[in-house]
Amino acid sequence: MKNKKTNTTLLQIKDLKIEGFSDERWHKIIKGVNLELKRGEVLGLIGESGAGKSTLGLAAMGYTQPGCRITGGQINFDGVDLTKRTDSEKRKYWGNRMTYVAQSAAASFNPAHRLINQTTESTIRAGLKKQNEAFDEARALYDALNLPNPETIGERYPHQVSGGQLQRIMTAMAMSPNPDLIVFDEPTTALDVTTQVEVLAAMRDIVKTYGTAAIYITHDLSVVAQMADRIKVLRYGEEVEEAMTRKMLKSPKEDYTKSLWSVRSIQKPEKKSKDIILEVKNVDAFYGSFHVLKNINIKLPLGRTVALVGESGSGKSTVARVITGLLEPKIGSVKFKNGQLPPSLKGRTKDQLQKIQMIYQMADVAMNPKQTVYDIISRPASFFAGLTGANLRTRVIELLEQIDLDESFIDRYPSELSGGQKQRICIARALAANPEVVICDEVTSALDQIVQEGILKLLGRLQKDLNLSYIFITHDIATVKAISDEVVVMNEGEVVEQGLKSEIFSPPHPEYTELLLSSVPEMDPDWLTDLLKARNY
Amino acid sequence: MHPVVKTVLERLGLGLATLFFVSIIIFSAIEMLPGDFGQAILGQAALPETVAAFRQELGLDKPAYIRYFDWALGAIQGDLGTSFSGRNASGADRSAEVVDKIAPRLWNTLFLASMAALIAVPLSLILGILTALYRNSFFDRSVNTATLTTISFPEFFVAYILILFFASLNQIFPSLANVDPDTNFGERIYRTALPAFTLTLVIVAHMMRMTRAAIINLLASPYIQMAKLSGASQTEIILKHALPNAWAPIATVIAFNLAYLVVGVVVVEVVFVYPGVGQLMVDAVRTRDIPVVQGCALIFAVTYILLNLIADIIGIVTNPRLLHPK
Repeated sequence: MKNKKTNTTLLQIKDLKIEGFSDERWHKIIKGVNLELKRGEVLGLIGESGAGKSTLGLAAMGYTQPGCRITGGQINFDGVDLTKRTDSEKRKYWGNRMTYVAQSAAASFNPAHRLINQTTESTIRAGLKKQNEAFDEARALYDALNLPNPETIGERYPHQVSGGQLQRIMTAMAMSPNPDLIVFDEPTTALDVTTQVEVLAAMRDIVKTYGTAAIYITHDLSVVAQMADRIKVLRYGEEVEEAMTRKMLKSPKEDYTKSLWSVRSIQKPEKKSKDIILEVKNVDAFYGSFHVLKNINIKLPLGRTVALVGESGSGKSTVARVITGLLEPKIGSVKFKNGQLPPSLKGRTKDQLQKIQMIYQMADVAMNPKQTVYDIISRPASFFAGLTGANLRTRVIELLEQIDLDESFIDRYPSELSGGQKQRICIARALAANPEVVICDEVTSALDQIVQEGILKLLGRLQKDLNLSYIFITHDIATVKAISDEVVVMNEGEVVEQGLKSEIFSPPHPEYTELLLSSVPEMDPDWLTDLLKARNY
Repeated sequence: MHPVVKTVLERLGLGLATLFFVSIIIFSAIEMLPGDFGQAILGQAALPETVAAFRQELGLDKPAYIRYFDWALGAIQGDLGTSFSGRNASGADRSAEVVDKIAPRLWNTLFLASMAALIAVPLSLILGILTALYRNSFFDRSVNTATLTTISFPEFFVAYILILFFASLNQIFPSLANVDPDTNFGERIYRTALPAFTLTLVIVAHMMRMTRAAIINLLASPYIQMAKLSGASQTEIILKHALPNAWAPIATVIAFNLAYLVVGVVVVEVVFVYPGVGQLMVDAVRTRDIPVVQGCALIFAVTYILLNLIADIIGIVTNPRLLHPK
């Protein structure tokens, strides 16, 4: 039996320094971080992308990714300094006394093996249990994690179960050897909110039941508030501050932490509008024989923002494809101002194309990496407005100013821009066509919170200045609150409801909206407990 | 019906369709060869009437599409027609059935190909796995350099080098691989050793490097990092976690090289005077023995299609997404 009594130190990281190799030189990723974890305790690590939180989480296991090296400090795990151990010595700890839960369960399971074999692989390898014993316990864990058919689900292959189920099976895999430490690396980031609740609850329960210590890495404050006893904030590889969860949430000390906290508080007052600029009427659409959209009706008021909300697979991006003419609807039509738009892109005039523009989620793949900012923005400006020479250049500079960038960016390539700057260039490219309607497809989902705030504010200002109408597709309720006037809730290809933001967000709700809204984590550390009580789990 | 069975049947159907088109191409290509068999045999001085009579006897006067269907129908029943050679101007007919001409040669070719494959395939797989395991090490570099060197030399050169070392300087193996149907099995292996080694050296690089690349390509996958973090050793990671997902590209390259062993070894056959199909075909082209050329080409096409079909099937059955659909 392993010693699991609490209040003794399990892990102690002292002045850890890690470097990574890229662009022909070594960069500092972790710049002297200290960390302490007691047995049975859950520590939350939060920060934006590039803060080094994943690197630190892996380092807690004594592991560095290929291309990284530890240049200083100690990692003491139960009295052993892992920085001084060889890989083959550390392998005795990995999958035995310490385990890992990765962000994308779908990519982290080997497609070639059955789930139960993968769940128990490390337990059997470490000689902790015999195969049938390990299998029995894995099935018990599946049951404890509320997986359907716990007796047989393990016989399946990874592609045969859903993302939320895989994430829970990965938790079972991490629990199987009954470890002292689990590192959770953004385990729910790839999940829909309604699924996230179940996974969070299952993970929290099991960690408590077994008294396992855990490091929980995430960029989502409200998630970490549910999971962690203590929170550590990281930025640029350094610690910003650390405190017990409740204290940290109530009174963060550092300005940086406060800025993380404040992002979710942008609220835009809604405005009504009677003029409808674009209308989707009775649209049914198919992918092959798959019925994606069922009788969709959406109205976009002039100069306003309609947020399309729904989980993955709800059909919200398909609505955008129908509006832009990329997908011809089988039934129904799209009305723009007073005329009907031809169903297919090919049938539309240059003028019709110009009026509706799109901005995408992944700014880096939406731009040609071999084109400069000038090429990217000038192309629609010359194609639609016929500008050339000095006029074109003036127009590009004007557009850059509209998105708060200056002339110095004009000769840069996408690879020389940050994530937020890339998205701004994509916005400028859409504006270059002088559109009236802009469709934003998850444009802030891939960005850090603070950068998101900047983009949302920019979009709001542009709407006011240019009287743009937005269709804003998102799965994030905080973003909806920050940008929309009206909201359309979608589920499984149908519109659940449409209305002003204030109507949608105030009860009574249709059943699905209720489920969706109640599943969005809040900053209150008791939120999950209360929610589960209310839902009678 | 299980989707795998369905896919395999589909591929089989496609293979047959491909074979049909290839047979048309073979037939038309030979139609387009310049010159005339009758004229060639009878000589420049032959009277036009004699040539015409000779053509009629061989059936060359019929329209091309009729001759194609005669040939194709025969081929389906295993009859590739009668060889043109053995006939001469005097009218004597000692011609043989094409099948009888090709069969013993094909058996020789398949024997040599199998021997080379039995050495080369396991060797490339093992070297590929080992170089992936010890990638960027001295061992990896040496193996890569060595295999690249052997593939870079022309086949005849490799063959002569082997003859120099293993037949002339040290008389271990014979330099001539002359076998006939009466040669017994052990003797056959002994005599075909050098050509088999030559072919091995020629094809190992491609298969070994593909195996190495297919495995290394997977090592960046998140599930490989996951396997590392669950305590799997390097060997276990390669054999248990990477290799099962790498069979499809490896099988394709192996099929490609095995096909080459059957259809592309004429140079090696010439060097070792080995009586294989390649030499037969070259001889037949020279003597304008059209039925034999067509027969050989058809057999080569079947070999390619069949081996690629097998590679496809391996790709399917090693992919759990196809083998165990949702």
